[in-house]
Amino acid sequence: MSTVAAAHDDHHHHAPTGLKRWLFSTNHKDIGTLYLWFSFAMFMAGGFMAMVIRAELLEPGMQFVDPEFFNQMTTVHGLTMVFGAVMPGFVGLANWMVPLMIGAPDMALPRMNNWSFWILPFAFTILLSSVLMSAFGAGHPSAPNFGWTFYAPLSTEYGPASTDLFILSVHMMGISSIMGAINVIVTVFNLRAPGMTLMKMPLFVWTWLITAFLLIAVMPVLAGAVTMVLTDRHFGTSFFSAAGGGDPVLFQHVFWFFGHPEVYIMILPAFGIISAIIPTFARKPLFGYASMVYATASIALLSFVVWAHHMFTVGMPLAGTLFFMYMTMLISVPTGVKVFNWVATMWRGSMTFELPMKWAIAFVILFTCGGLSGLMLAITPVDFQYHDTYFVVAHFHYVLVTGAVFSMFAAAYYWLPKWSGVMPSKLLGELHFWNSLISVNLLFFPMHFVGLAGMPRRYADYALQFADYNFWISIGGFWFGLSQLFFLALCLQCAMKKGEKAPAKPWDGAEGLEWEVPSPAPFHTFDTPPVVK
Amino acid sequence: MQSTLFHRAAVGLTSLMISGMVAASDWTERSDHNLRPGVTAVSKEVYDLHTTVLWIVTIIGLLVFGLILISMIRHRRSKHPTPATFHENVFLEVLWTIVPFIILIAMAVPATRVLIELEDTSNAELTVKVTGHRWKWEYEYLTYEDDNNIGVSFISNLATPPEQYENPVLSGGLFPYGTAKDRVGQDFPEKSHNYNLEVDNKLVLPSGQKIRFLITSADVIHSFWVPDFGGKKDAIPGFVNETWANIPEGQEGIYYGQCAELCGKNHAYMPVEAKVVSQKEFATWLAQKKEEAAAAPDLTPFPDLDTALSAGEKVYKANCALCHGAEGQGGIGPSFVGDDYVTNPEHLEDHIHTVVNGRNAMPSFKAQLTPKEIAAVITFERNAWGNDTGDLIQPADVHDQE
Repeated sequence: MSTVAAAHDDHHHHAPTGLKRWLFSTNHKDIGTLYLWFSFAMFMAGGFMAMVIRAELLEPGMQFVDPEFFNQMTTVHGLTMVFGAVMPGFVGLANWMVPLMIGAPDMALPRMNNWSFWILPFAFTILLSSVLMSAFGAGHPSAPNFGWTFYAPLSTEYGPASTDLFILSVHMMGISSIMGAINVIVTVFNLRAPGMTLMKMPLFVWTWLITAFLLIAVMPVLAGAVTMVLTDRHFGTSFFSAAGGGDPVLFQHVFWFFGHPEVYIMILPAFGIISAIIPTFARKPLFGYASMVYATASIALLSFVVWAHHMFTVGMPLAGTLFFMYMTMLISVPTGVKVFNWVATMWRGSMTFELPMKWAIAFVILFTCGGLSGLMLAITPVDFQYHDTYFVVAHFHYVLVTGAVFSMFAAAYYWLPKWSGVMPSKLLGELHFWNSLISVNLLFFPMHFVGLAGMPRRYADYALQFADYNFWISIGGFWFGLSQLFFLALCLQCAMKKGEKAPAKPWDGAEGLEWEVPSPAPFHTFDTPPVVK
Repeated sequence: MQSTLFHRAAVGLTSLMISGMVAASDWTERSDHNLRPGVTAVSKEVYDLHTTVLWIVTIIGLLVFGLILISMIRHRRSKHPTPATFHENVFLEVLWTIVPFIILIAMAVPATRVLIELEDTSNAELTVKVTGHRWKWEYEYLTYEDDNNIGVSFISNLATPPEQYENPVLSGGLFPYGTAKDRVGQDFPEKSHNYNLEVDNKLVLPSGQKIRFLITSADVIHSFWVPDFGGKKDAIPGFVNETWANIPEGQEGIYYGQCAELCGKNHAYMPVEAKVVSQKEFATWLAQKKEEAAAAPDLTPFPDLDTALSAGEKVYKANCALCHGAEGQGGIGPSFVGDDYVTNPEHLEDHIHTVVNGRNAMPSFKAQLTPKEIAAVITFERNAWGNDTGDLIQPADVHDQE
């Protein structure tokens, strides 16, 4: 047996190098690394667009760009962040960590894994090329300008020519996501180490498994929506045009049937990450493991019956409106369970506050802020006031930036020693954390105020009473954007292996199979499956 | 250019400080950081509901954050070196599932009541049809008390002149305008007090009567929103939505609102300005409007070119500048500066036809402008910005095309 294993090892040793290593990679670690770098690149690109938006909103009036280009920036910023930064970021983490956490040698479908990553750079080249063209100014073709939600008829009869580029790239992103999700499901169901029962899996694996099912359920719905937009634009159908017997509101129903589960696709893996980090640094087992699993599953199920809370103002029947209001309020129960469980995990623990823990605690507090404003938005009569204002912008940036993105930073600080073999620079890490924490709140907290005071979202220009807060919001925006350069420097240092050498288990309270392999994790791990007791 | 940008930033900062004081009055006299209580009974209930929910979530938030803080202080390793080992507690877990559920029910009850009230548009005394256009609102008065045949409608445009906002240093994209250097460092007109909120034709409404709004759109989805009336409703092409307001007597005045659904380039430039007057005043205003609507259009010719030009400039700024540029330089619509279309006499008839009936993305203006206004604006377009054709178009020329 041992000789067979050794011979097998030999077979693997000539790992490819150079460009081929990355282009043709079927290794979950290399593909994970590719995903993570891609995600960070898109985070910077989307962040640059946010800077353009904030520069324009620094003061009332149009100072820098024209309103048309402003709309293109809000649209492509949203698309890039959702489909380019957050989703691939989590897929990257799944690639790296799921096999390591369940004791699998690799993802179950390695070639598909390669494909699902390499679709993405092409998809985003197509999408971002429309911005590059449009950036040359008046007379050049416009980039998508209808918001990331691409409501019909703004994207159908009134959409620019580049809408077709957008449709093609969304299709490609969807294919990539579905393949990534299939891979996670097959891996989790088939490649768990002996003894790794479902209810022993780390929560990150659980949340990703549930996320993968959500992805498979709703990405085809998004594909359907963009296809209907395509046929409405070019093949004479009228799905979304009242003039031809269709209904613009149908678009919103289809889009948000995808869009709401999508929200949980972007936050469930974050719950998994936080559930790994808090027990490590509280040196105490996760409180209520089973209830965490059930809460995640209930959130996922409920996410299919709340979509219309994004569209309370379209004029639904009273009964429908009430149903979606009650269901939306209900979702705060399992979400609350999670937050309480994290607090109970910290309670009477023996906590230290290394960088991953700092990000995790910031996540719990700030994500809860976003969750609570979400509960406010669920109350339909008040939502008639909040809807489409900066209050909504504040809400979803709290859950997506201080939620999803913060959790990914926490994950990066937590697992970078494992990935790179070196401890990330403490100085850069502290600078990154504190600058980000302060600036992100300067950036998003006042948005609640301007939103309540009545500033609609996606406004290139605004009435004078919103000026003061918008100025500070913009300052917060530039500050937050620049703070990310600390992280870039830190990652480059790790990539160049500069820094203190990391032990196999750099955090004394950590548990899990990923800490049983050396740091950096060798190219192949768990060729012989570990036995979990 | 950089130093000028810096200069502008400094000026911007100063003006912001001043605007901070300005912000304390008028639309914002009540608040620039919280929801507005509004003027109607429903909007006040919505405000109360908002306040209640805000307190509930604030208390929950403080409770959770307080526990985290206590834990971070008392259960840090230096203070609490040996961690406890508990990892479940059935009582606690049931408790924090059931208690939030009860709090939710406490919120859902008043929310349901207010929602039912908000959706009840029956027994209205005035019905106004609101139509969203890119980028202006059209108001059509359908019925008032026993009068089911009013026939009064008009378009409401942004009244803030484009010079106050249209001064970007970059062109459509990220590269400087051809004329950027001329524009940078230029002194722009000071922003008016109700910048971006004021309109030419206000939505006039009576106080003390229930007003039903029928909301629809002529092109893309817009959203009709006057915060003081308690909420917004989407304007959807091909469908009619309903909402209502009843502004109590004694609360006459101006109420502002904005479009709340992304509708394209000038989404930020289509405000609502409602003027609420007493019922007596409203009846007088409506009678006068009815009379105007019934009268034959004013076709008296312009005495000379200058009269037509000054009338045309106003019409241009209110209706054309958004797409064709404040200086006729173009934008969404084509440029007029020295363009063959507006200088060549061969195209004159077609020019009139296009303004009257519309063409492709260009809307028809015959419903919203009088023949006299159309004649004035075409005259203006053919003589401004160095076009100097000397063409003087008379209202009768336009009327022939309608």
